[in-house]
Amino acid sequence: MLILTCPYCGVRADETELSPGGEAHLKRFGPGSNDEAFEGYLFVRENPKGVHFERWRHSYGCGKWFHAARCTTTLEVFGTYEAQTSEPPKAIREAISAKRPGWSWRDLS
Amino acid sequence: MSNVARVFQNPAEGMITFRGDLASRTVKKAIRSVAGVAMPPAGEIRGEWGRGVGWMSPDEVMVLVPYADVGSATARLNATLSGTHVLVADVSDARVCFRVEGGQAAAVLARLCPVDFHPDSFGVGTLRRTRLAQVATAVWRHDTGFDVICFRSVADYVQGVLVNAEQSVLRGALGS
Ligand SMILES: [Zn+2]
Repeated sequence: MLILTCPYCGVRADETELSPGGEAHLKRFGPGSNDEAFEGYLFVRENPKGVHFERWRHSYGCGKWFHAARCTTTLEVFGTYEAQTSEPPKAIREAISAKRPGWSWRDLS
Repeated sequence: MSNVARVFQNPAEGMITFRGDLASRTVKKAIRSVAGVAMPPAGEIRGEWGRGVGWMSPDEVMVLVPYADVGSATARLNATLSGTHVLVADVSDARVCFRVEGGQAAAVLARLCPVDFHPDSFGVGTLRRTRLAQVATAVWRHDTGFDVICFRSVADYVQGVLVNAEQSVLRGALGS
């Protein structure tokens, strides 16, 4: 069972109160982009064993979208943070480094 | 014959969904003038069913007023806040409110919601929107038990699962 703390209302929400929103921090490639970039935006995803960044929605609660950093193998949650950012905040990255030294995800580490 | 917990539907009262900047002084004043209580902090309710304010999200509260006063309350909110970016919607007939009372009220709700209802973490005045069985609800604790708001369209379902949970608490899950 995954429990994530919603950064907006502070509720420790059970997985069944949340809706998954897939991978975090995608950059949109829309009209005008080339086929490869558009395909990547639609279909190409990380599939890490370990540190991962995801979007979740507190759908049975305040209704807000937020981000979560967690480990896909142990379900350990490193932290949750607000949606209004295009990359994980420093505090989250430091929390991951403390637990998973040498981690990397896309171009982050 | 249950005295461990009692489930019933509260009499109809007014419910106004309010969205806007909850930190704004103008907004706080306007809400207070119709609800008679101050803006609650996150995760709490001030007042009670029929007169109060419940915190629903960082930009939303549920304003509770007597059923007969809904029209004048929405009109007053809209008038005082004209020019301010807010939403005022009368949802009195779109929601219903159940009450769960008695010494085992928390046990009844604990069968249905993924929430720790122990008074240490869910005391009087705590409000949480959560999942009750398969539907969305807002639950808060008051002096005699809990009040549960849900969509009117699922009222029969909620009544059913609440009564069923109450019976399970009374007799044990398998009945006897
Ligand atoms: Zn939330």
